[in-house]
Amino acid sequence: MTELADKHAAGLIEPRPMDDLDQLEAQSIFILREAYRKLRPLALLWSLGKDSNVMVWLARKAFMGRVPFPVMHVDTEKKFPEMYAFRDEYTKKWNLDLILGYCPPVEEIDPSLPPAARSAARKTAGLAKLIDERQFRGVIAGIRRDEQATRAKERVFSPRGAGHRWDVRNQPPEFWDQYATPYEDGMHIRVHPLLAWREIDIWRYIERENIPLVDLYFAKDGRRYRSLGDRDITSPVESEASTVAEVIAELETSRTSERAGRAMDHESEDAFERLRVAGYL
Amino acid sequence: MNAAPDHHIPIEAHRVAATPIVIVGHVDHGKSSLIGRLLHDTGSLQEGKLAQIIESSRKRGLSVEWSFLLDSLQIERDQGVTVDSTRIPFRLGDREFVIVDAPGHRQFLRNMITGAADAEAAVLVVDAQEGAQEQTRRHALLLRLIGIRHVIVLLNKSDLLGFDETKILKAEADVRALLARLEIHAETMIPASARDGDNIAERSARAAWYKGPTLVEALANVPPPAPRTALAFRMPVQDVYRFDDVRYVAGRIERGTIRVGDQIAIGAQKQIATVAEVCRWHAPERPVAGAGESIALRLEPDLVPDRGDLLFPAHDSANAPVRAARVRARLFWLRTEPLRVGESFTLRIATAEYDVTVASIDAVVDLDDLTLNPGDHVQPDGFAEVTLAASHAILFDPFAPGLSGGRGVLVDRFQRIVGGAPLIGAAELPDGAHAIHPTASHVDAQAHARARGHKAAVFWLTGLPGSGKSTVARRAEADLAARGLSATVLDGDTLRAGLCADLGFSPEDRHENIRRASHVAKILAESGQIVIVALVSPLRADRALARQIVGADFHEVFVDTPLETCESRDPKGLYAAARAGRIPQFTGVTAPYEAPETAALHLSGEDVQATTQRLTSFVTRTVLPE
Repeated sequence: MTELADKHAAGLIEPRPMDDLDQLEAQSIFILREAYRKLRPLALLWSLGKDSNVMVWLARKAFMGRVPFPVMHVDTEKKFPEMYAFRDEYTKKWNLDLILGYCPPVEEIDPSLPPAARSAARKTAGLAKLIDERQFRGVIAGIRRDEQATRAKERVFSPRGAGHRWDVRNQPPEFWDQYATPYEDGMHIRVHPLLAWREIDIWRYIERENIPLVDLYFAKDGRRYRSLGDRDITSPVESEASTVAEVIAELETSRTSERAGRAMDHESEDAFERLRVAGYL
Repeated sequence: MNAAPDHHIPIEAHRVAATPIVIVGHVDHGKSSLIGRLLHDTGSLQEGKLAQIIESSRKRGLSVEWSFLLDSLQIERDQGVTVDSTRIPFRLGDREFVIVDAPGHRQFLRNMITGAADAEAAVLVVDAQEGAQEQTRRHALLLRLIGIRHVIVLLNKSDLLGFDETKILKAEADVRALLARLEIHAETMIPASARDGDNIAERSARAAWYKGPTLVEALANVPPPAPRTALAFRMPVQDVYRFDDVRYVAGRIERGTIRVGDQIAIGAQKQIATVAEVCRWHAPERPVAGAGESIALRLEPDLVPDRGDLLFPAHDSANAPVRAARVRARLFWLRTEPLRVGESFTLRIATAEYDVTVASIDAVVDLDDLTLNPGDHVQPDGFAEVTLAASHAILFDPFAPGLSGGRGVLVDRFQRIVGGAPLIGAAELPDGAHAIHPTASHVDAQAHARARGHKAAVFWLTGLPGSGKSTVARRAEADLAARGLSATVLDGDTLRAGLCADLGFSPEDRHENIRRASHVAKILAESGQIVIVALVSPLRADRALARQIVGADFHEVFVDTPLETCESRDPKGLYAAARAGRIPQFTGVTAPYEAPETAALHLSGEDVQATTQRLTSFVTRTVLPE
């Protein structure tokens, strides 16, 4: 420490060069701080998956170890038991202000959607209800551009009009880290701090920061979950990766897409986009 | 307090962030095809994607179309154009890139900026046969205004010229001349065919005369961004938190380096403080931070800066930011209505916000030949040089490519981004001119609407003299008041009795009368009031001016009473006087009345009571929430 102090006194300590994860982290912190400043009331969507755990972690980075707004879990009641256990454990450990939302039964959802998309749309309806009840102006969600072509079109601050609709043809300009915050009654803004992250960045960051995850991501009997949704519409992939480092190694050679195990993405060409326009994540 | 004892930096090579590359160019010059080809030839396609392209192409009875990869939204395929920018990662050797695709369709300029603004380098795709087109010039100009440092030109479809050296060099010279006018130095010009793969990843056998790099080689040659840590320190304050009795000044360092013990100046007030701690959570404790880091500072004394205050070195006047209340800016205009002198906005620079008014439009860019010309307005998607006057001194670093200083953005009162305004420097005042620095309200339209229980709007009643505009307006005013809605009527004669007493009835004076009425209406509407204007306003151009001054809340109402009815009413005896030749230039008799083509409300005007009812109900529907 003395040596450090001497160097410091001489102005010799230089900032550590930022690597790619440092840059992604700094940008996400900036976005979270913008949201906290500009959009009140604000909440963070915690799906219990790897991306939203990274997002909670980044919020703690942004606000010196705490999450100064509620986190929402919109429960389809069809998640894996491991996920519910994880939620209960880390709500306490991370001192989160947890809000639970519940989804309507599938019979109440648009019957013209293909079966898996219809099931996924329950979550959209549950989320919409919660946002309306709590009058949230900002909702932080952990989507990434590389997950899915429709998500690649997203803005960091993405306005949702009345009825929570996403007007993909008429999105605001967004540049130089300036985010538009239009407001009318019934409108909210989805904030996407992970938009620029890729799947492998998420895993490398989990490794670097030692962020806890649900075990389902790690291989048992030759299979693991690469993406976690409802039990009935998510399937595991073949994998031997049973640690974070092994998952990273696997991803570095993999060329299949992450959401391959998510049924609603593949039912028809436009099913996923229809879900998103209506407010799905 | 913030150290994480269990924190490890993994032992691996330092990975730099991916280099963003934007691909721009005129529609149909082959941008999307280029990206598909690039991803394919560099082995960057995910397995599912290639199958997706083949399947989509097959369904449409086409051979493999590389552009389908990007046109992943149904609506885009239906229109056959790329709607928005997308980002696609790919790798060349050890280096990661992110391709930003930007559309060529001109009304989608804002999407292109969204994609292009962070790019380190640009590939400008030009059809070798067609040469530079309107969007080529527009995109090139934008590359300059958003500060892209490296530009590579791809002369696509060179196969159509048979890769003929003479023809291609001619095309190259034309593009070079265009870019030179924009002070853009194109580092490389590559004759290529994206469709066939010539000079993309593989050297073309058909252009043996060409000795320069392939596109992939040119991209690999783009230097990484220069570190900004050696520059003078700048951190715009993003927010100030107080957690567990500790005050944190949060922000991202724009440039330079900050160390514990450094003395910094805070904003235009230049209070001085010393950095007591550089705070992070779950990161190794270090008493230093550099450009790009999002950190929090503890200051001694424990001052409370405002969001937007710029932190900079306290004792380095040579490298201090510029301080000026009048600034020159280059402008790219993104609103669907033109910009005119006198309009007010919020200017955002990083986290700071200033109330500004467009004091002058100094020059407008002609996109046909890229010349600067005088002009009184800036078209949507247009470019100009403007002077902005602020209510308080603006603290900024002049805009420079590759740095984040001076990145001004104009925001309207609905918090929508309407333009980019890179700040060039302080503006000199013309000799003898008196600088005005208007202030703007801090109460927004929603707050007014909440307080009053209704929205504000301007209803502009136009129609012949005697059509009943003022009568209907006054009755509607009373009806609205009875329902608890506050409305003001601005009618022609009342205005001319006071505010416009100096004006006569010449075309110039009538124009001025309308200009003043519009501004008064705007001021009232901005304070939350319902405004009913009753003015003959016979000329479409004058009403267009009124609409432009008032903005989005303008509703044109045509009181369409037949001339015979007006003339038979003749409440002021004006028709009789005009027929007798005692009033020259009387609307409807000796001067034209240009009826509105698309009024928001069309009233017959024959029956005063029915007309009033229709107006009142239209106003009520417009200003009351659903």
